[in-house]
Amino acid sequence: MTVSAVLIVIMAALFACGAYAMLERSLTRVLIGFLLLGNATNLFLLVVMGRPGIAPFFGAGDVDEMSDPLPQALTLTAIVITFAVSAFLLALIYRSWQLGQADTVVDDEEDIAVRDRGAVEEDEMDDETSIEDDDEDATTDFIGTETAPITVLHHRDLDGIRDDAPVDRPGRDGRDGGDAR
Amino acid sequence: MSALVPLLVALPLLGAGIALVFGRQRRVQVGVSVITLTLVAAIAAVLLYTVDSSGQAIAVSVGGWPIPFGIVLYVDRLAALLVVISSIVLLAVLLFSVGQGAADGDDDTPVTIFHPSYLILSAGIFNAFIAGDLFNLYVGFEILLVASYVLITLGSTESRIRAGVVYIVVSLVSSILFLAAIAAIYGALGTVNIAQLAERMTELPDSTQLVLHLMLLLAFSIKAAVFPLSFWLPDSYPTAPAPVTAVFAGLLTKVGVYAMIRTETQIFRDNDVNTLLLIVALATMIVGVLGALAQAELKRILSFTLVSHVGYLVFGLAIATPLALGATIYYMVHHIIVQTTLFLAVGLVERRAGSTSILKVKGLMRAAPLLAVLFFIPAINLGGLPPFSGFIGKLALFDAAAEVGTPLMYILIVGGIVTSLLTLYTLMRAWNLAFWREDDDHTEETGVVDRISYLGDAPAADDEGARRVIPRIMTATTAGMVAVTVALTVFAGPLYTLCASIGDALLTPVTLVQLDDGGGS
Repeated sequence: MTVSAVLIVIMAALFACGAYAMLERSLTRVLIGFLLLGNATNLFLLVVMGRPGIAPFFGAGDVDEMSDPLPQALTLTAIVITFAVSAFLLALIYRSWQLGQADTVVDDEEDIAVRDRGAVEEDEMDDETSIEDDDEDATTDFIGTETAPITVLHHRDLDGIRDDAPVDRPGRDGRDGGDAR
Repeated sequence: MSALVPLLVALPLLGAGIALVFGRQRRVQVGVSVITLTLVAAIAAVLLYTVDSSGQAIAVSVGGWPIPFGIVLYVDRLAALLVVISSIVLLAVLLFSVGQGAADGDDDTPVTIFHPSYLILSAGIFNAFIAGDLFNLYVGFEILLVASYVLITLGSTESRIRAGVVYIVVSLVSSILFLAAIAAIYGALGTVNIAQLAERMTELPDSTQLVLHLMLLLAFSIKAAVFPLSFWLPDSYPTAPAPVTAVFAGLLTKVGVYAMIRTETQIFRDNDVNTLLLIVALATMIVGVLGALAQAELKRILSFTLVSHVGYLVFGLAIATPLALGATIYYMVHHIIVQTTLFLAVGLVERRAGSTSILKVKGLMRAAPLLAVLFFIPAINLGGLPPFSGFIGKLALFDAAAEVGTPLMYILIVGGIVTSLLTLYTLMRAWNLAFWREDDDHTEETGVVDRISYLGDAPAADDEGARRVIPRIMTATTAGMVAVTVALTVFAGPLYTLCASIGDALLTPVTLVQLDDGGGS
């Protein structure tokens, strides 16, 4: 198979830049990275097409001189898919910006909550009988010590409230939110 | 008979179009979706029966092109079985979401696009299952992924956008990897037809095969959430609406596993990465279930157990004996249904108690006994207690592994048992906290009121009361799915025989001649 060196070099550069841009936190850069990666892959499909020839129409010429039509068909399909997904990503980025999250990939709050949750709360989880009572004690304990961060309580108490999904909204916000002293 | 095959994909797409046209009339949308999926389920059942009784796969060349050139749809027992199971699951979840939507009473945009997206998702899933060439598999993946992007960000609230972004970016990376792998395979072999690939693959040097093999596996492992590539899943699934999470958890990762099965058994039969897969499977099982242990939120616990149980499937695949493959298929069917049912039950818990945090929810056993049962049965099933299907599936897997009998296999068996016990522990802890624990805030009186409103007879007094009413259709659907999980146990014999025959067939390669014979058109 004969391939074009120029295509390969461009493809490699696009893959490299695309991967780099996709690692950024900014969503716009992620989008740019995705576009570069998508185009790099399309170029890859053209590379495997081999030596370009005449247009592969029936009766246009000798079969041996024709380009391989299949990679072209695959590339066209891939371009359409990339196009549709980019449009969706743009809409998503716009919505994310609208919601005031800047345009960055945000950390998962639940993950942070799990990380922050110290041994104290693990004990509470295993204690199946009297969580409400322990809660009172835990609060006073935390205020007394500097090492125990307030954020622990903060996250636990707010995780229901922050969840603004319409279906998911907990019915007991008032009660649980009330003791976020 | 072969004329029925393209309908599996065409019908849902057509239904999606019709549902979109009738965006304003929800009743029409619901009718179209339910009819479409019922038809697909019926067609799939007919196909399964035909394929199973004749013992011969059906291959259809779309558009009448000769077989290696055109797009080939290929229905063997495995594809037919999975289409049947997934259409049942999709139908059940659809009914559940109809109940939820009717109760929420929101007639705005999310509902308008929900049904079309859902049907397109179904079309993508079916297309991926019956794809006879790699590129069609890629297109199937893209169809279902694009629909899933819409569904996971439904309503575009802050948390869903956040989770959706992660999900979408990860999926995009895996899609690009998959496409690049297809390009490389085409460059090496000049075809994307799976049967033809299987014939030509042996001509390649081992190292080239390995590169192509690993590229494909990498792409599929992201989709299937296999351990080092699984972190996106528990992050993104729990924020979606309950029915969406249920169907994603049941089906999307399984499509990835299905693609892995096809890759391993049909394309790269001689190229062996099973040791790597075994280690990865062990890590997936253990890390997944440890993640579940650390969580305090039901949906997240279930998402982590989902990851963990994908490990069992990879385990079975990596043993690579007919017995093990049969067990893997059985486990896959079991897991699709049980995981979906559990997520539906959690959807009910969320609606009933207003939260899915096991630290907040309590006393549901008394307040909603039926719900407690509906959660408990699939939970112990997933945990692998006898006599349920989870136990049968795991036992079959361990049996197949023990038959091979290498030290690594025994390590995997121990890992599997530990994972099973930890799953059971996690789910029982959740059950104890959310259901068994007494709710001191409620006097006996309100408990009675709750119970009545749960049955749907009491008019909702205030907003909180309204939230607590579970529409009957949601409960009925979940109960139906629980019945299906029990049926998996009751009819384990015939189902297991079918799965075993699939396992046998998987290791005999499909040839182009077979494709030509099977294609009736």
